[in-house]
Amino acid sequence: MADEVNRDLRLEGLRKRYPNGFVAVKDLDLVVPSGSFFALLGPSGCGKTTTLRMVAGLEDATKGTISIGDTDITHEKPYRRPVNTVFQNYALFPHLTIMENVEFGLKRKGVKETQVPVQEILELTELEAQANKKPAQLSGGQQQRVALARALINRPEVLLLDEPLGALDMKLRRAMQIELKRIQSEVGITFVHVTHDQEEAMTMADFVAVMNAGEIEQLGSPYELYTNPQTTFVANFLGRTNLIKGQVLGREGSGADEMVKVDMYGTTVSIKAGRVHTASPDVWIGIRPEKVIIQPQDKPIDGLGTHFSEAVVIDRSYTGVSTDYILKMPWGQNLVCFEQNTGRRGGLVTVGTKVDVLWRPEFAFLLDSSQDAEAGIGED
Amino acid sequence: MATKLRAPRAATAYWLVLPAAVWLGIFFVFPFLSLLATSMYDPAGSAVTGYDMTWRVQNFTEAFNDYNVYLVRSLIYAGIATFLCLILGYVLAYAIAFKAGRWKTILLVLVVAPFFTSFLVRTLAWKLILGDDGWFVNALQTIHLLPPDGRLLATPFAVVAGLTYNFLPFMILPLYASLEKIDHRLLEASEDLYAKPVQTFFKVTWPLSLPGVVGGTLLTFIPATGDYINAALLGSTTTQMVGNKIQVLFTKAGDYPHAGALSVILLVIVVALVLLYVRKAGTEELL
Repeated sequence: MADEVNRDLRLEGLRKRYPNGFVAVKDLDLVVPSGSFFALLGPSGCGKTTTLRMVAGLEDATKGTISIGDTDITHEKPYRRPVNTVFQNYALFPHLTIMENVEFGLKRKGVKETQVPVQEILELTELEAQANKKPAQLSGGQQQRVALARALINRPEVLLLDEPLGALDMKLRRAMQIELKRIQSEVGITFVHVTHDQEEAMTMADFVAVMNAGEIEQLGSPYELYTNPQTTFVANFLGRTNLIKGQVLGREGSGADEMVKVDMYGTTVSIKAGRVHTASPDVWIGIRPEKVIIQPQDKPIDGLGTHFSEAVVIDRSYTGVSTDYILKMPWGQNLVCFEQNTGRRGGLVTVGTKVDVLWRPEFAFLLDSSQDAEAGIGED
Repeated sequence: MATKLRAPRAATAYWLVLPAAVWLGIFFVFPFLSLLATSMYDPAGSAVTGYDMTWRVQNFTEAFNDYNVYLVRSLIYAGIATFLCLILGYVLAYAIAFKAGRWKTILLVLVVAPFFTSFLVRTLAWKLILGDDGWFVNALQTIHLLPPDGRLLATPFAVVAGLTYNFLPFMILPLYASLEKIDHRLLEASEDLYAKPVQTFFKVTWPLSLPGVVGGTLLTFIPATGDYINAALLGSTTTQMVGNKIQVLFTKAGDYPHAGALSVILLVIVVALVLLYVRKAGTEELL
């Protein structure tokens, strides 16, 4: 168990088909590196919880295999898997004290001396004072920590967390995110965290797999996913994005410098081949709102990039740290621009102002125009 | 503001309690006091001539000395029947709550269905089933589980079987109610925490069903202890329970004071056992 080599959690061709015919998980392939904090992110009904339950053994896989290192656990009973779960609503045993809840797993494994590990884990989760209380006497945040302690004390190879912070209020959730991250780096156990909250996934996880309709849309570090999304779903589900119609004109260069030239309403833009995720000639050119720079037309604007004039600010909302502008482009489409309120402008741009719009070409990405531009918007 | 609101609410509560309180006063407190009084009358009187109130506490010691065999037998029979009901009822309630799926409602209706027939008729039916020349006894004799002259009717077995049969639904319903409430995620959590199915049962399911166990055993044990129909119809003179003695003293011997004293003794014993049991089971701590 202790060997450091290859204890990755590996899902191969994993499929879940329910008796009513619904396929919740479609031939999923996934490698969760040992010791990583891994997030399965997706809207409700995307199959992320089903995937988690199959790893825990609480749901049978219809097809495919689940293994940890070289050990195939696909058909192992849940109580024989080196895996523990933090359940969505914690599922604490109401008839047992916090201490009894926490030592439950060790006792079942036949560990005689539970006092030291229980003490350790209660300290780690700051629950020493609650040891003799019943779960119902604890606050939501404390119950959450008990659920975590109860699972972690067993030193599983993989810890599964099913929307563990979903029942907490915003402030507590932020605090627990930091706490969870700290605990994970302290214990070094592989965490697989299921969530529909993109911000939670991005702030906590080393790797994020974005799931949609039973499949993984994209897998990568939060930075990769956000800056270079491969589908409109990922682009919209993680943050906001502007998608503009374009036609591919051709390719230039080769290797790492290969660029794809695209016509966008009369302007030719070049995008690195590594950021092009379609072979179709009809494309979506994607640009994140905070990458869009605006400047009133009467003031000079300089800098490299894709440059448009004749855009008009048609709406504005001030959020303190930044301002969101809605711009009407010459071709009639509305784009969103987030501007940090650095004060360099000495005020806000007023609605109705004609502006120049600019972005650096390396921030744009190309997606398949057959994909729904609205995919992933408003889902959670 | 708060005090203004509180005052009418308290009054409302009393008004709401009143009907039940009046009912209990008329049909429980008064009869109980009357029974207590009867048990201390002078037994020299008779139901026809009337009794004198002599505060005769010896009635209790006399009743206890004369009938303690029946008291003990009642407690033993009721105890065994309750235990059998618990085993049978738990298995059935568990199956209905966790495994029955869409058959749940039908099975529950079937549990309650016997109530549509009179208690007496159902017990008489058992007299036929367990009868000396009935198919059941014949079958047992054929497979040598019973000697050729062996019988079931008029044995302790028949009385306990009758009690078990008659009180089983009172066990099943509370058990079902508490099992059905158990959050399945707790069972999953237990399984996730290395508990084998048997361990999950004894560490999670059983403790969480204790309110039902306590409720069911009380609803079975208390009436079974005082029951006399089963012993009268399915038993013999050697299987008589305290209920039979009370019945005889009241209706045949016309000895109201001793019948009353015996009833009060039974009541005190049962209440004492129940208090002990509830405290031991620690049900007040559950949820």
